[in-house]
Amino acid sequence: MAQPVADTGRSLTMARAGREAVIAEMRKNPNIFVIGEDVAKLGGVFGTTVGMADEFGAGRVIDTPISETGFIGIATGAAMAGMRPIVEIAFVDFIGVCFNQIFNFAAKTHYMSGGQFKVPLTMMIGYGGGYNDAAQHSQCLIATLAHVPGIRIATPADSYDAKGLMHTCLRDDNLTIWMVHKRIWGLGWLGTALKTAIATVPEEEYAIPFGQARIWREGKDVTLVGYGITVHHALQAADKLAAEGISAEVLDLRTIVPMDRDAIFKSVSKTGRLVVADEDYLNCGVTAEVLAVITERDPRVLKAPAVRVAFPDVPIPFSRPMEDFCLPDPDKLVAAAKKTLGKS
Amino acid sequence: MKPTAKQRIWMYEMMLTSRKLDEQVFEAYWEGKKPVFNMGKGPLPGEMHQSFGQEPTAVGVCAHLGADDAVGAGHRPHHVAIARGVNLKRMAAELFGKKTGLSGGRGGHMHLYDKSVSFFCSGIIAEGMGPGAGIALARKMQGKPGIAVSYNGEGAANQGAFHEVMNMASLWKLPFVAVIEDNKYAVSVTKAESTVVPSWKRASGAYACYGEYVAGNDPDLIFEAAGRCIERARKGEGPSILEIETERLHGHFIGDSAGYRSKEEVAAQKDPIPLYRKRLLDEKVISEADMAALEARVKKDVDEAMKFGRESDYPAPNEALERVFA
Repeated sequence: MAQPVADTGRSLTMARAGREAVIAEMRKNPNIFVIGEDVAKLGGVFGTTVGMADEFGAGRVIDTPISETGFIGIATGAAMAGMRPIVEIAFVDFIGVCFNQIFNFAAKTHYMSGGQFKVPLTMMIGYGGGYNDAAQHSQCLIATLAHVPGIRIATPADSYDAKGLMHTCLRDDNLTIWMVHKRIWGLGWLGTALKTAIATVPEEEYAIPFGQARIWREGKDVTLVGYGITVHHALQAADKLAAEGISAEVLDLRTIVPMDRDAIFKSVSKTGRLVVADEDYLNCGVTAEVLAVITERDPRVLKAPAVRVAFPDVPIPFSRPMEDFCLPDPDKLVAAAKKTLGKS
Repeated sequence: MKPTAKQRIWMYEMMLTSRKLDEQVFEAYWEGKKPVFNMGKGPLPGEMHQSFGQEPTAVGVCAHLGADDAVGAGHRPHHVAIARGVNLKRMAAELFGKKTGLSGGRGGHMHLYDKSVSFFCSGIIAEGMGPGAGIALARKMQGKPGIAVSYNGEGAANQGAFHEVMNMASLWKLPFVAVIEDNKYAVSVTKAESTVVPSWKRASGAYACYGEYVAGNDPDLIFEAAGRCIERARKGEGPSILEIETERLHGHFIGDSAGYRSKEEVAAQKDPIPLYRKRLLDEKVISEADMAALEARVKKDVDEAMKFGRESDYPAPNEALERVFA
């Protein structure tokens, strides 16, 4: 099913589309502010906040010291007191020092207070590798975040979803994380953005609900499930498979928490075969959760064992041939799909 | 500024309320836990960190606070919650894990929240620093009056979060006071064993903010020092570190016999509550008759709160699945 996109001729990168949503919400709601490292003068390491300090002033776009534990805690308190902070953590890898504030406080305060305190806080985070930044700047860590209750996680794959999901995050009264893979974000220093990540983005506001997967391409022989960059791998794989007469359906999870389990089951019920792609680590990862949907609901819909294509359980190596060996890519998805069809 | 007679009587009443609640909780805690101690058994399960001896730190600070202000406490929160005006019945019910508790039983004794008085806790050491300063930031951004106070132990001040937040709070001149309750022990480790500076007041120099150290666990002196810190915060002069010498008269939690303290050390500890009671009577701040009435009132309040907590219903088990998200 095609995404309903108004044909305005506005082809935007994900960075621009996400920023557009932030600016629109900030214009409407004076309680929204941005806080993080390099968000004011620099406009964000990934350009997420370019120009915002000029429009909204230093009081609403706040550069911080390199103190992630501290400023996430401060943002959480501000959220408890009626503000709606947006916290930027450029690289998800840096989140190690913030786990305490996120896992033990921000994500739990609504529950532990019996619903008295809301924490409407949105984190804006970059993730992913494939550009030789090695083990401490290339991780996804999405399953790690998804494991803890109380956090909603949006992982858009193109600029249309980047904007719509950002609106949704900023209007939510909970801790939300909007995460974009660096290689599809449209960052100047990572070459040209993937064409399929640059969608036509309507000027008007729209919100894409959490927990609503997106079928990018319909097919009948095998379902390729991914999110973020692996959606684009899947689309390329589907082209290659089509050339060999195999019809692949591409399902984008869009939000990891909540996950659209109905859509996964429906698609796999139709195709009978499942390949799940993820750049995050394999062990206990999103791929396992997707497989669990089928196992729990009715494994008999599978005509063949499902295949997972994820990052092997090793720290991300620096050297290009080693990293490429580990990363999911279209060819690996093609091979996985063929395996489910008994072809090699 | 010295406390008025009314404020001093209030401080005594709040200290006594905390003490009486802790005494009753201590007694009830052992129900179902003898002869074999199992923390998960009895009507008051879980860890229980009580405030015996630390009551002055709560009242001396909270006496200055009003409806616009916010307070965050740590894993040992009873005295602070009571001085802040948290609903006593609902607090007691929360300790019992009851439906009528502050959080409907989802929080427990280390996680007391009462939004009506802007009170929160965190059971994780120093974790209330950021949220406290964040509430202060929100007040400032919204142009609203009000300050925020975060309570930490002297051990908690060794956490990185404490220092990150003090730097930002001072950098941004937030209306914020970091209270450090120096009860001399981080569980079993003394301040001298854990911390190179004798007083965290020195850290105020590092953060270019105001600092005080109050010796003696004396409510009147704490009141005066807290008043100076809070006045600065209200005037927009930035945060303070207010370190208060206090006494932990019991172990870290119920069941900790504190065998790591010497007999001499324990014998030298002074209970602040009888001392303050005597001072109020000696100085004729309160008459014997009014004191008797106050003490009867406290007993009644605590009895009622404990009865309410004990007799309230448990939440339906499947309520566990509610309120993860707003």
